[in-house]
Amino acid sequence: MVTQKSPYPYWFVLPAAIVFSVLFLAPTFASFWFSLTRWDLFSAVFIGLENYRQFLREPFLIQGTVNTLIYAITTSATKSVLGLLLAVLLTSGIWAQGFLRTIVFFPVLVSTIGIGITFAVLMHPTNGMINVALSAIGLPGPGWLTDPSLALYSVILVDLWKGVGLATLIYIAGLATISQDYYEAARIDGATRTQMFFRVTVPLVRPATVTVVTLSLIGGLRSFDLIWAMTRGGPGFSSDVLASVIYKQYQAGFYGLSTAGNVILFLLIALIILPLTAWFNRREVDL
Amino acid sequence: MTRRQLSTGIVSLALASIIFILPFVFILLTAAKTRQDASRLTFTWPVEWQLWENFLQVLETRNYLLLLAYFNSTVITVFAVTLLVLFGAMVGYVLQRRPSRWNKVIYGFVLAGLMIPPAVVPTIWVLQSIGLFKTITGMIFIQVAYGLAFSVLLFRSFIATIPRDLDEAALIDGATPLQIFFRVILPLLKPVTVTVIVVQSITIFNDFTNPLYYLPGRENVTVQFTLYNFQGQFQTQFNLLFMNILLVTIPPLIVYIFFNRQIVAGMTAGAVKG
Repeated sequence: MVTQKSPYPYWFVLPAAIVFSVLFLAPTFASFWFSLTRWDLFSAVFIGLENYRQFLREPFLIQGTVNTLIYAITTSATKSVLGLLLAVLLTSGIWAQGFLRTIVFFPVLVSTIGIGITFAVLMHPTNGMINVALSAIGLPGPGWLTDPSLALYSVILVDLWKGVGLATLIYIAGLATISQDYYEAARIDGATRTQMFFRVTVPLVRPATVTVVTLSLIGGLRSFDLIWAMTRGGPGFSSDVLASVIYKQYQAGFYGLSTAGNVILFLLIALIILPLTAWFNRREVDL
Repeated sequence: MTRRQLSTGIVSLALASIIFILPFVFILLTAAKTRQDASRLTFTWPVEWQLWENFLQVLETRNYLLLLAYFNSTVITVFAVTLLVLFGAMVGYVLQRRPSRWNKVIYGFVLAGLMIPPAVVPTIWVLQSIGLFKTITGMIFIQVAYGLAFSVLLFRSFIATIPRDLDEAALIDGATPLQIFFRVILPLLKPVTVTVIVVQSITIFNDFTNPLYYLPGRENVTVQFTLYNFQGQFQTQFNLLFMNILLVTIPPLIVYIFFNRQIVAGMTAGAVKG
C-alpha cells in the first residue's frame, strides 16, 4: 500500500497563511529595514539609526513613549483591581445582579470614537455635565482636557469607563471556576470575609488576572482611537502616545520615522509582555 | 435574598446608572435637540423634540454619505467575518488534529498576531504594490489578517472537544478530507462559530484605526468616519453629531440583546484555562 495521506492536509492552512504572511508578517519584517531609512514610499535612503536617534532627542517623541507607558500601566492595574472587586460584588447574589452586569459591560461594545466624542463634550470645562455637577456641590471642576497636566489622565479615566466591563466579565468567569468548598473550609476555620478574599479568591482567580493584565497591557500600549477622538494628542503633545506619534509622523510624510516608532512600540510590547508571561507561567508551577 | 443583598443592589444600581447610563441618556437627549439647544452642551431636557427631523437630516447629509458608509461597513464586515470563520476553523482543525513540529511555529505566529502592533506604513507599501491600497477588498483582507489569531485560538480549543471517532468513521466511509471538514466537522462547530461571528463583527464594525490608514477617500467611507462630518471647524452641529453617535451605537446594542451569551463566551475565552 502507498503511504496513506493524512485526512488533515497541510494545505488547509494555506489560505490563512498567505493572507497572514503577505499582510502581517511581511510588513512587520520590512519595518525593521524601513525604520533605518528616509522613506517616501518610492525610494528609501539608508540613514542608519538616525530615526531612532531622533526619537531619543526630540522631547515630544520621548514624552509620547513615557505617556504610552503611563497609559498602559495605569489602565491595566486599575482594570484588574476594579474588575475583580466588581466581579466579586456582581457574583454575591445582590439585587438586580444580571442587569448590573449588562450595564457595566455594554460600553465595551460601543464605538470608541462615539464614546470619545461624547466624553469630550461631557468634560467641557464650563458647560460639560461633569463640571456643572461638580460646581453644584461646590467643587471647582478642572479643565479635564484643556489642562496639559491632566489631559492624559482624563483619557485614561474614559478608557477605564469603557474597558472595566471586560475585566469584570473575565473575572466573573474566573470566579465561577473556584469551588465553594474552599470558602466552606475557610469559614469553618473562622476566616473573616477580608481574609477569604485575599487568601482564597485572589490566589485562585489567577488565570483570570493573567488574562486581564496581559490583554489590557497590550491594548493600552497600542491604544490610539480614544486618544485621537478626545484630544488628538493635545494640548500640545501632552497626551500623545506612540500610536498617535506614528500617525502624526505618517501624516507629515516622515515614513521612516513613523516606522521607527512602530518598531519601538513593538520592542516595548515584547520587552514588557514576554518577561511578564514567563513570570506568570513560572509562578503557576510553584503553586 | 437577604436585606443586605437588596440594599447593596439598590445602591449599586443607583451608582451604575449615574456612571454608566447617564452618558447614553445624554447622547439620546442631545440627538433630539435643535441645533441651538444642542450647542449649549448642557444635560437638559430638549426645549423642542426633533428626533425624527435630526435623523432625516443626518441621513441626507453630504448626499446620503451615512448610507454609503453603512453599506461599506457591512460589506467589509460580512466578507471579512466569513473568511475569518472559514480560515480560522481550517487552521484550528489541522492544528488540533495533527500534532507536529510545525505546530510550535504556528502558535508562535498566532501569539505574534495577538501581540504585535501592525507596521502601518510598510503595510501600505505592500498594499500599494499588490494594488489593494484604498480598496474595500484590501480592507477585507487586512481585517482577516489581523483577526485570524483570535479565530484560530477559539476554533482550536473548541475542536479539541469533538471526538476524533467522527473523523475516522467518515474516513472509513470513504470521505475525502474536504468532505470530512465541511460535512462532518464544520456543522458541529456552530456554537463557537456564532461566537466568532458576533465578536469579530463588532470589532470590525467599530474599527477606526485600520480604515484611517488603509482606506482613505470619500467613496470608501466607513461608519466610524461619518462621525467626523459634523465636527467642522466653524459649524459644529452637536445635535446631528450625537444623532450619528446614536445610530452608530444601535447595531452593537441589537447584537448584544440577541447574542449576549456568545459574546460573553468569546470575550472570556482563555480566562479559565486549567
